[in-house]
Amino acid sequence: MGETRSRSFYFLAAFFIAYVLFLYGPMFAIYVLSFQGPDGGLTFPMNGVSLTWFGKVFSGGGIVDIGAAFRRSLQLGLVVMLLTVVLSVSAGMAFRKSFRGASVLFYSAIASLIMPSIITSLGIALEFRLFDDFMIKHGSDGWTTAMGLFTSGLGAHLTWTLPFGLLIMFAIFNRFDARLEEAARDLGATPWQTFRHVVLPIILPSVVGIGLFGFTLSWDELARSSQAIGSVNTLPLELQGLTTTVTKPDIYALGTITSAVSFLVIFTALIVILVLQARQRRHGSDAGQGML
Amino acid sequence: MKPDRSTFIAWLQAAPMMLVFGLFFILPLVFVTIVSAWDYNEYEMIPAFSLRGYTDTFDGCIAGLPDLCTILKTYLKTLKLCLLTWALTLVIGFTVAYFLAFHVRSKTWQIVLTLLCTIPFWTSNVIRMIAWIPLLGRNGLVNKGLEGAGLINQPLEWLLFSEFSVVLALVHLFTFFMVVPIFNSMIRIDKRLIEAAYDAGASGWQTLVDIIIPLAKPGIVIGSIFVVTIVMGDFVTIGVMGGQQIASAGKIIEARLNALQFPAAAANAVILLGITILIISSLTRIVDIRKEL
Repeated sequence: MGETRSRSFYFLAAFFIAYVLFLYGPMFAIYVLSFQGPDGGLTFPMNGVSLTWFGKVFSGGGIVDIGAAFRRSLQLGLVVMLLTVVLSVSAGMAFRKSFRGASVLFYSAIASLIMPSIITSLGIALEFRLFDDFMIKHGSDGWTTAMGLFTSGLGAHLTWTLPFGLLIMFAIFNRFDARLEEAARDLGATPWQTFRHVVLPIILPSVVGIGLFGFTLSWDELARSSQAIGSVNTLPLELQGLTTTVTKPDIYALGTITSAVSFLVIFTALIVILVLQARQRRHGSDAGQGML
Repeated sequence: MKPDRSTFIAWLQAAPMMLVFGLFFILPLVFVTIVSAWDYNEYEMIPAFSLRGYTDTFDGCIAGLPDLCTILKTYLKTLKLCLLTWALTLVIGFTVAYFLAFHVRSKTWQIVLTLLCTIPFWTSNVIRMIAWIPLLGRNGLVNKGLEGAGLINQPLEWLLFSEFSVVLALVHLFTFFMVVPIFNSMIRIDKRLIEAAYDAGASGWQTLVDIIIPLAKPGIVIGSIFVVTIVMGDFVTIGVMGGQQIASAGKIIEARLNALQFPAAAANAVILLGITILIISSLTRIVDIRKEL
């Protein structure tokens, strides 16, 4: 590898730029088109600039109750995020020791990650349907269904987010210096104190990353929810339904709003991670700073 | 701390996640398998042993020979889409990962550019699909551009709601799953190996084929598993980008579900699962996934 850039560098750099344009280009096209004028259509050119279509989405005119779907997705996303963080960190700690069923859990997570979503979704739907049938048959009067956003829907989302959380935890602890914990123990810290004051502050930036995965993957989840969500729809499901019926740019406006939430979460998380890392660097070592 | 107590605590820490996977992943799979061998009528499943779900699926397959029956045609089509997507994501993903791992020298830039590739993954797949409509539609940018340049007289119809747009969208959505594992394998390659190859007179191409590709193989295999399993079971992308006109293994299951034929849907799920496991197990022969994390 020489000091000057080789020809292959420029070729690959151009390829990379093309790839990034391919990734972002279409997305920006619909962000722009969502500001179509009132007479504008689904494609370019822009027929004036307006917020008409955003107004349409918010007033619910023409489209199904988007506001409710929006709130449902938001609530579910937050619950999934919280559970993904807690369960992943907890299981990640467990994998540093040996325990019965460790490899079963590991392979379950991997299998859940790569399982075709429609199969997981179908399975959860069947499980709840059979449970409902059982409850109705065995004299639970007025039983309708256990299926719902925070039962089957939540479970379906967790089968998708937890594997990511666990893999991130593996990546963290592969690089974790276990001597820090030993030092804390030698100084008389309880296991909880060791976790709270030594381990957690070190892994915190990555834990925020797990939360980021938890929320965004749930916020956009579609395939696993499709059969397992019950009678109500999440935002991505509504959006998918609209693709076949809508002929006006309000679907782009909805897409832009949905993406705006994603970007807000992504950039907040990234900034928090950066701030935490900067703080770690500043407070990383107190050598030579005297006793405090 | 006594070792058995520490094991018990570890088990407790892992228990919540085990519970979730048990309830929402393992048990559902068990039910899929059981129900696939149940009987059914127009509106409900009947808990009695029957292989109707399977026989209905392969209905006419033997009688109709040598013509292929619907289910086999559908699987062949799914495999074709899968292979095309796999080949394209592999080439693009490998090239992008190679650039990031070997040509971007500063750590900060590496992180920034990797993030740039990751951010779309955190946004909605449906929106990233819809986004192609204004570009590829009959009055879309591509058709307008080609017409304006005088290259075509009437709009190209195969750009949208076709196999072309399905593969394009699949590549667009899932190349990320190739980039990350391959990049991960590549940054672990000892740079001195490459210098040694250079010093020994290897050409750039020889270094790539004899050193980098073999050492990046685990990443290539992991990425391939992701892409292949996603595409084999996909019904959303194929549905939206194919204008609900293209059949696939995943769409069969969805159609059976919409018709409330649960045992038939489950039977199809078992078949799909069998094929997916076959592909994965042949891929994992090549590499031990657990070692690569």
